[in-house]
Amino acid sequence: MAIAREAEPVGSLHEVREAGLDREDLLGVYRHMLITRGVEERGHILYRQGKIPGSFYTGRGNEASSVGVATAMGPDDVGTPLHRDMGVHIVRGVDPWRIFAQYMGRVDGPTHGRDGNVHMADAQLGLIAMVSHLPAMLPVATGCALAFRIREEPRVSVGWFGEGASARGDAHESMTFAGTRQLPVVFVCDNNQWAYSTPTHLEYATEHVADRAEAYGFEGVVVDGTDVLAVYREAKRAIEKARAGGGPTLLECLTLRMEGHAVHDDAFYVPKPMFERWAESDPIERFRTWLRANADLGDEEEDEISAGVKKLLNDALQRAEESPLPDPADLADGVFAAPEDLDTPHHK
Amino acid sequence: MAEITYLQAISDALRTELRRDQRVFLIGEDVGVYGGAFKVSLGFQEEFGPWRVIDAPLAESAIVGGCTGAAMMGMRPVAEMQFADFISCGWDQLVTVAAKQRWRAGTPVPMVVRLPSGGGFSGGPFHSQNPESSFAHIPGLKCVCPATPEDAKGLLISAIEDPSPVLFFEHKHLYRRIKAEVPEERYTTPIGKARTHRAGDDVSVITWGAMVHTADEAAKQLESDGVSVEIVDLRTVMPWDKAAVLESARKTSKVLVLHEDTRTGGFGAEIAATVAEEGFEDLDAPVKRIAAPDTPVPFSPPLEKAFIPQVEDIVAGLRELAEY
Repeated sequence: MAIAREAEPVGSLHEVREAGLDREDLLGVYRHMLITRGVEERGHILYRQGKIPGSFYTGRGNEASSVGVATAMGPDDVGTPLHRDMGVHIVRGVDPWRIFAQYMGRVDGPTHGRDGNVHMADAQLGLIAMVSHLPAMLPVATGCALAFRIREEPRVSVGWFGEGASARGDAHESMTFAGTRQLPVVFVCDNNQWAYSTPTHLEYATEHVADRAEAYGFEGVVVDGTDVLAVYREAKRAIEKARAGGGPTLLECLTLRMEGHAVHDDAFYVPKPMFERWAESDPIERFRTWLRANADLGDEEEDEISAGVKKLLNDALQRAEESPLPDPADLADGVFAAPEDLDTPHHK
Repeated sequence: MAEITYLQAISDALRTELRRDQRVFLIGEDVGVYGGAFKVSLGFQEEFGPWRVIDAPLAESAIVGGCTGAAMMGMRPVAEMQFADFISCGWDQLVTVAAKQRWRAGTPVPMVVRLPSGGGFSGGPFHSQNPESSFAHIPGLKCVCPATPEDAKGLLISAIEDPSPVLFFEHKHLYRRIKAEVPEERYTTPIGKARTHRAGDDVSVITWGAMVHTADEAAKQLESDGVSVEIVDLRTVMPWDKAAVLESARKTSKVLVLHEDTRTGGFGAEIAATVAEEGFEDLDAPVKRIAAPDTPVPFSPPLEKAFIPQVEDIVAGLRELAEY
């Protein structure tokens, strides 16, 4: 039996307004979802063209979850998004051309070619770059919340993890610590039902990952991660609760992984009917349908948004391709930080 | 100047920084009400409150990762591992996240992890280790190993000021055994600068931490035989003062590298290799290493005595070099 609260879907435009989004905001959310998918679709093309070294990961199917949560964050909040959370970077304002430069190992990527894929973040936008070890960013997100609590700042930290990573000790330690201190952190689990090739019943034995929250002394919520408005509403509630001193929340978004673990993986182990079900619950298609039914999105406006996104991404690709490859002479720079590195907004 | 112990010097440095800089906080297991397993932070929570002297759950990953996140948000965290050995539970946060963040993502992580390390009191395999070489091998981490009260204070303040993650190996066997006069005012000791503990002409000992004192006793014994021993206290193994080591090698032409950590892959291997590569022409004898054998740290006194390099081992090594 589920212990976590199972969130209701969002119905009417009125309900969405209650949650704090007006029509412009809704179209912004839709646009961000399109950019998120568009960046990753173009990434696939770059990969096939041999322009992306190493492997390539996407979050196709996770756009509602990543964009929904990021839209609920405040400007001074911080987060540690993972490889299925491109939407977080897009919502926080990372320019797509820099993401393409990152994919291709160019000097204008956020890591200047030192790290690849979505292992990147713009600290100025309140994001912290992920590592491959999951969920190693949860203790870090908890530490950000600790800093906010010590300084009594009304800021919230959001830490992402997957249902696969929920098995590891870092998740347990972070939630234990955050629970004992009631820190302003929201733990977001993108449950896409597969940890590489391992299905959920081999990853955890409870009905929901969020059922564990009760044991850590805070609320667990399960939400349909393909419903961007429901994700937004629940994330907003959790973030504002944390900001008000109400402590952490574990928000589990039941989402999809419409592709393999990475580009090399054809996901043969995912049953075909599951892929078919996923295709039917494509979060972008779902939101587009909702906007047409509830927010008067018409053909003309829809085309205008799509054309804008297409142009943005085409321009971005061109600009990224012009970015030079990094100079090996700089390889050893910055292994240790210099005092002037501390000259950032966070460190003043 | 007052004479204080090595442990008091560490407390003094921490208290100085907690008073001076609101960004500094201490977190660890039992550091608050109890004052830490070794009482380094005794009375701190009364003075600074429970949000600056934080009793953490028994969760090293959350402690080290928590410090990493807080450091990125502009704090100056100091984590205490109850024993250096327990840093293995926080390895991933330190090595995977904190060490690499500046280089790959441009985000500095100014934090200190204090590591009560070393043996000599039957602590056994899990309360006696000297894991500095493991971390010195990780690009992005600084490793500080003070031998004296004065350095313990100055280096800890430097570590807290430093913009990179710093591991501060405080040797437990020096805590209450070693006393010296330490300035009461705030001062810093540069990270990466060795110190000549004892000047000499015939043989150089390159060492750090508690072994500085063991080497000193050995040097005194050799003095009566007319052998003049120079002891270079590295103070910090990452970065390490290569120039000072090569200079001493040039002066004496004979080098003994000494450490309490195990031999194979210990940091002494790096020093010996560097002296061989860059100081070969200055040498009149092969570089010699004295270190613990390649076993876990034993518990029973005769075994531990056989494990940790003793004065007589060093005397024998120095004689061998002097006669070469």
